[in-house]
Amino acid sequence: MNSEAPVFKIKTGHLPVLLLHVLTTDLELLKAQLALRLRQTPDFFASTPIVLELTAIADSAGAPDFSGLVAFMREHGMCASGVTGGSEDQRAAAVKSGLGLYPDAQIRIAMRRSTDGQGDASGEHRAAVATTATSPPEAAVLQVQPELPGLSGESASVAPVQPEISRDAAHPAAQERAVVRPTLVIDKPVRTGQSIYAEGANLVLLAIANAGSELIADGDIHVYAPLRGKAIAGAHGNQSARIFVNRLEAELLSIAGCFKVFEDGLPEAVRGKPAQIHLEGNRLVMQPLLD
Amino acid sequence: MALQVKCATSFFFKVVNVAKVIVVTSGKGGVGKTTTSASFSTGLAMRGNRTVVIDFDVGLRNLDLIMGCERRVVYDIINVINGEASLNQALIKDKNCDNLYVLPASQTRDKEALKLEGVGKILDELKESFDFIVCDSPAGIESGAFNAMYYADEALVVTNPEVSSVRDSDRILGILAAKSKRAVDGAEPVKEHLLVTRYDPKRVNSGEMLSVADIQEILRIPLLGVIPESQMVLQASNSGTPAIHLEKSDVAEAYRDVVGRFMGEALPMRFTTEKAGFFKRLLGGN
Repeated sequence: MNSEAPVFKIKTGHLPVLLLHVLTTDLELLKAQLALRLRQTPDFFASTPIVLELTAIADSAGAPDFSGLVAFMREHGMCASGVTGGSEDQRAAAVKSGLGLYPDAQIRIAMRRSTDGQGDASGEHRAAVATTATSPPEAAVLQVQPELPGLSGESASVAPVQPEISRDAAHPAAQERAVVRPTLVIDKPVRTGQSIYAEGANLVLLAIANAGSELIADGDIHVYAPLRGKAIAGAHGNQSARIFVNRLEAELLSIAGCFKVFEDGLPEAVRGKPAQIHLEGNRLVMQPLLD
Repeated sequence: MALQVKCATSFFFKVVNVAKVIVVTSGKGGVGKTTTSASFSTGLAMRGNRTVVIDFDVGLRNLDLIMGCERRVVYDIINVINGEASLNQALIKDKNCDNLYVLPASQTRDKEALKLEGVGKILDELKESFDFIVCDSPAGIESGAFNAMYYADEALVVTNPEVSSVRDSDRILGILAAKSKRAVDGAEPVKEHLLVTRYDPKRVNSGEMLSVADIQEILRIPLLGVIPESQMVLQASNSGTPAIHLEKSDVAEAYRDVVGRFMGEALPMRFTTEKAGFFKRLLGGN
């Protein structure tokens, strides 16, 4: 009997992670600057997982020698876990060197911007596993820099290693903030096996979402009909995302990776009723909507 | 002058009255697609429409059995697509109706032998000489079912009053709305009709089966008809007679209603409530 009890679970988690923005393909130069900086704070990175952000060098030909860089970083207590952004070649080279591939960070950053200033402290604690335990205080300071809005309460925190980089990265952020993706409005039934994804936007559904269907949005989800399938809001970690539904009969509800399934049916208070779903800390809260 | 007007209208009718491609589909197997295809196409033909019914279930052909023409199959749809036979050689004239033809599926090939372009070419050719082209889809959502539904103008979604059948129909409706030619071209969407078959009001009342209302609440498409569960369907199938020809049977009447509604007649729904028993009728109950 005991041997059949599950001994592991696989779940999505949203943890803050340090990004090392690679701005040059000249790794010797990068190593030299990195070494210089690390000399001042030798224990700055205590086995901290680092993601290499390659967007800045995506247009340069060829791929840096990742194996060498990874070895160098390990010597300094930095544990490179994967790459994000970059060209096809660069990503392929990274995989060859044993690094993982993270989805392009652009979408996440865009989402973060749209929720500028809405992050709440409790959310930060939920997500901030690595930040408080293993990261140096500097990382926490960087998180509340005004140039990096909305970081608190978000899934990933960008903590550039070099201060001048953070400023460069922040400026395009300020420009793009005005660009809001239009809400995706669907007026036809979403049926079994169909999946709708509102990338970087809110999703409004005016028809039924049947069992076995999937609604995904990086922002909020509104359903003005029975919701019987899955609804996944804040798909890229936006914890302030909410789900509003005219008649709650969902199979699964998720906000920013925190999800609930309803094997024994939905709670009486919300079943078949107008309801909203939001995140309170680590908890998915379902409330009936009062008229 | 009057003659001129007459000519103009007949020309107008020729343009407007293009053949309709109707797919009979369900997702799930065994719900009554072929039975429905046979009876529905027969019903259309009995009303004077030039009708052809095509079996898309390549490898598992059944329609010819239900239509009672299996011994007359020489060429099939794959032969036509491969240019080994002409359409006229492959089309089998129905034994009961003058206006009805059957295009059988191949028994020896597999479903991959049927290609979308080939199907399109055949349908275009058939459109020139028929009013209605009924496509009997195989079960599933693979290439066979896809080929049958791709060119459809209208769809008869056949559903049994049980959750798995309704779920599969929902899936098929999703595919129709997203991947059919009309959807891909951005044309007017495929017109969807719900046909509930094997309906047993008694078991619905006892909660064993979903009611028509339950099914409609999930699928949300217009109801074309309800075919009651009946032992006679099996007899009809075994004897190679479409169920619509059965004398004095609910099933035949229900299918005739379906065809009538499809042609635009406003007929009340029948066979959705329990028949009153002999004693009940005697006692004046209903």
